[in-house]
Amino acid sequence: MPPVPTAHYVFLSAALFTIGIIGVLTRRNVVIILISIELILNAVNINLVAFSYQLQSVNGQAFAIFVIVDAAAEAAVGLGIIIALFRNKETVNADEIDLMKW
Amino acid sequence: MQTVLPNFFFYLLAAVILISAVLTITRRNAVHSAIWLVVTLLGVAGLYLHLQAEFLAAVQVLVYIGGITVLFLFVIMLVNLDEAARQRQFNRQWAIAMGCAGVLLLELVYFISRGEQAFYFAEPAGGTLQPNTQLIAYALYRDYLLPFELASLLLLVAMIGAVVMAKKDLS
Repeated sequence: MPPVPTAHYVFLSAALFTIGIIGVLTRRNVVIILISIELILNAVNINLVAFSYQLQSVNGQAFAIFVIVDAAAEAAVGLGIIIALFRNKETVNADEIDLMKW
Repeated sequence: MQTVLPNFFFYLLAAVILISAVLTITRRNAVHSAIWLVVTLLGVAGLYLHLQAEFLAAVQVLVYIGGITVLFLFVIMLVNLDEAARQRQFNRQWAIAMGCAGVLLLELVYFISRGEQAFYFAEPAGGTLQPNTQLIAYALYRDYLLPFELASLLLLVAMIGAVVMAKKDLS
């Protein structure tokens, strides 16, 4: 039995990415949209680490660390926006937040 | 014989990741979503161990599960989601979402129909991944020093931005 081919990691990553995209597009709750974005970023990381293993080069893992940094920054800012939004509008539904100014 | 067990763990982890990801985006209660996100992230951390990325697996557990998910849970408790849990959970964008999934399916079918040579990737150039933490330190502090410093700046800006936005009154 051969070792796991890199293509299987790529397909797993694509499937996880698609699940995240479906979550972003179809959910109304802003918190779950942010959670779906975390799924998408994890799919990217799986790809980076899988190719880092395939090429036996540590650069992919360094990039994965930068992606994790971005994910942390995005989660902090996004959740700050959600708190500010909920204080002003009393809703977390993405399709009810349709004003630029109130 | 030696590769049977790692292969088994890969497919087990892949199943765990995909099932808990689907549960993450379908749960009505946002707390349940966050818990299933933890399961997904643990599966991804196991995958990193499988790929000889021990340092990243530790970072995944510490930063993602210990930091980001806890942040999510705090915000879920700060924001009153009981009202939202009783409302309609999905909006009317299923057509676009299914379009995205269809593109992935087409891609899968195309590559499987092309057979074995479609999965040929470049051969390793003779590098190594061990000792993992040491090599990542060399990469981060030598090859990617400027991006590393920019990332710290980004984190600082994000921290200030989050505090400013979550503050009650800006007087």
